[in-house]
Amino acid sequence: MSNLKVVAPSPHFRSGETTGSIMLSVVAALIPAMVVSFLVFGPRALVLEAVCVAASVLFEYLFRVIMCKRDNTVRDCSAIVTGLLLAFNLPVGIPLWMAVLGCAVAIIVTKQLFGGIGQNFANPAIVGRIFLLVSFGGQMTSWAAPQGYLGVDAVSGATPLAVLKSGAPLKELPDMLNMLLGIRGGSVGETCIIALVIGGIFLIWKKVITATTPVVFLLTIVVLSLCFGLNPAYELVAGGAVLGAFFMATDYATSPVTESGKVIFALGCGIITMLIRAFGSYPEGVSFSILLMNIMTPHIDNLTRKKPFGGVVK
Amino acid sequence: MPSLFSKALNGVSVKHCKNTAGSAAVRMPVPEKVVIPMLQHMGAPCEPLVKVKDTVTVGQLLGDSDAFLSAPIHSSVSGTVTAIDEFITAGGDKCKSITITTDGQQTVCPDVAPPVVNSREDLIKAARNCGLVGLGGAGFPTHIKLNPKNLSEVDTLVVNGAECEPFITCDMRLMLDRTESIVGGIKTVMKYLELKTCVIGIESNKPEAIEAMTKAVEGLPGVSVLTMKSSYPKGAEKVIIYEATGRVVEEGKLPADAGVIAMNVATISKLYDYLQTGMPLVEKMLTIDGGSIAEPKNIIAPIGTLIKDMVAFCGGYKSEPKKLLMGGPMMGICVMSDDFPLLKNNNAILAFDEAQCRTVKETACIRCGRCLRACPFDLAPAAMDKAYHMGNVDKLRELKVNLCMECGSCSYVCPAHRELAMYNKLGKRLLREAK
Repeated sequence: MSNLKVVAPSPHFRSGETTGSIMLSVVAALIPAMVVSFLVFGPRALVLEAVCVAASVLFEYLFRVIMCKRDNTVRDCSAIVTGLLLAFNLPVGIPLWMAVLGCAVAIIVTKQLFGGIGQNFANPAIVGRIFLLVSFGGQMTSWAAPQGYLGVDAVSGATPLAVLKSGAPLKELPDMLNMLLGIRGGSVGETCIIALVIGGIFLIWKKVITATTPVVFLLTIVVLSLCFGLNPAYELVAGGAVLGAFFMATDYATSPVTESGKVIFALGCGIITMLIRAFGSYPEGVSFSILLMNIMTPHIDNLTRKKPFGGVVK
Repeated sequence: MPSLFSKALNGVSVKHCKNTAGSAAVRMPVPEKVVIPMLQHMGAPCEPLVKVKDTVTVGQLLGDSDAFLSAPIHSSVSGTVTAIDEFITAGGDKCKSITITTDGQQTVCPDVAPPVVNSREDLIKAARNCGLVGLGGAGFPTHIKLNPKNLSEVDTLVVNGAECEPFITCDMRLMLDRTESIVGGIKTVMKYLELKTCVIGIESNKPEAIEAMTKAVEGLPGVSVLTMKSSYPKGAEKVIIYEATGRVVEEGKLPADAGVIAMNVATISKLYDYLQTGMPLVEKMLTIDGGSIAEPKNIIAPIGTLIKDMVAFCGGYKSEPKKLLMGGPMMGICVMSDDFPLLKNNNAILAFDEAQCRTVKETACIRCGRCLRACPFDLAPAAMDKAYHMGNVDKLRELKVNLCMECGSCSYVCPAHRELAMYNKLGKRLLREAK
């Protein structure tokens, strides 16, 4: 037995978890909301989601090939997550070419130009959405009414947050049951609170994310809406807060790594969201708040680094 | 014990794979030849005291050193010295090695006689003459461990029976089969070092060992058994000291500075056996396991036995071994061939088959924070990985890379398969060279 053996650094045991398996867990967690988006908004929702996923994956693949990057990271499935999340943040009727353009901004500009997975400083899906919102304000805010696949009467096309913003009384909004089920106007994936919470709990159970960010984010919204004299229940469920808190603010690359950092991050997200909703000109502020806090992340990380066990400060 | 309110140290849950837990150690027959390297401990290598063609006997002194941090090395067999060569250890250090062709007689050296121990000085001298080193893996010379500068401040003995590495079961067998030796060793060390308390830390996945040790120390004043949660790396020195006493061994300090002497069960039982028989450390109980081993079991083998001879005693290879490890899968070192000898501080030989050593390509860090949550010392492995690759020595110092004990928990959990523990090791070297 003279042949040489494999020599590798320890440890020689690994947990078996991979970047790909984590990303697929996130995709799995988004499936309930995806199913509801079809039931509420019809087949166009699925078409939009499929186009966004395909475009994101394609952009990821092509960019790595064209820029002669050594490894093609398309296999880590992170582009699927970005595409799906971006689709979730769009109105169902948006022209598909706009959605594809949003994917290009998300994957090429926000992610790949900064070095690819793990290197981007802002959440790609959020930047994609904000780019589309400021470029195509009309299409991005023309909300189709739910098609009533769930056997419930269709409700008005305006998003509940826009209704609230206009100062209309609460009774003009869908009742709370419809709000939780997602039978309301809004972005494709944000409406069904129950489906999103199920997905979020799945991610916490799988230890993909910790509960810190969503809990603090949503609690801050409740507390501030009470302070500002708004209805906390509707502020929680009417916009994209639940989707943002569980799936966007928990993005690894663009949020702090320590638990104390996550508290600061989520607190900031909640405060900015409510400031925009209460005093800003936009009805919704979740994506802006997350983007602004993304920029703060490196500083939060530096401020919240844990003290090493037995470390002596010199 | 740490207070109820203090934070538990992080760790990772690894598969236990304690396949050999039921196998009491079997003594293997003396091999045809042994190779005894002159560096089997932390510190300076020994100089050979024998020449080629000399006849040696079991327990005879083969090598010694005048250096402060060193431990003598004895012959594990009787026979003839056939070669003295240059030897490169698995860690990359150079020393001499003595090859002995055995005569099968196992004639015992006339010098071997139980030492007379009446004081702490006698005990320290005995530990040195035994050639005893930390058998848990580090190989720190025991006579130095038993001789702290601040003895009056040391009040606690922590006995390490955690055995948190997967596969390895020899310490557990020792606790079951040699309980009296361990207890005898504890009594001796406590008596001569005037220690008031002793905590024996054992992971909860070894209930039989916990039961046996609890029964054995019943009625001994100050001695208790601590059941620890099975989470790697509970057996790391600083971790078990914290678990057992709540004390923190600070950066650059020794356990004695925290008032603790920590010893592995195997070390303390060998110390006791030496006081009874006078036979130095010439054989070792260890676990032979891994997917390529036909009959995994615990064996007792003479120091210097080649891996291939030990494997042959365990039924040989049942499949082509792809990776040979000295030690457990978390911290063990790869050796290139099975011509490598057994050392004092070895507690396992693992022969991994193809399925057990799949290599996965490293990908980019996704900042998931798993390494931060895994590190028992709250270090930031991902940040140190980045600092190392940028050659940022100041950052490495600020992040305290030197506190890393290379337990491998960070690499274990990394979904991007980054060799974080290796980068810490390289980062430490970078820091050393920059000084």
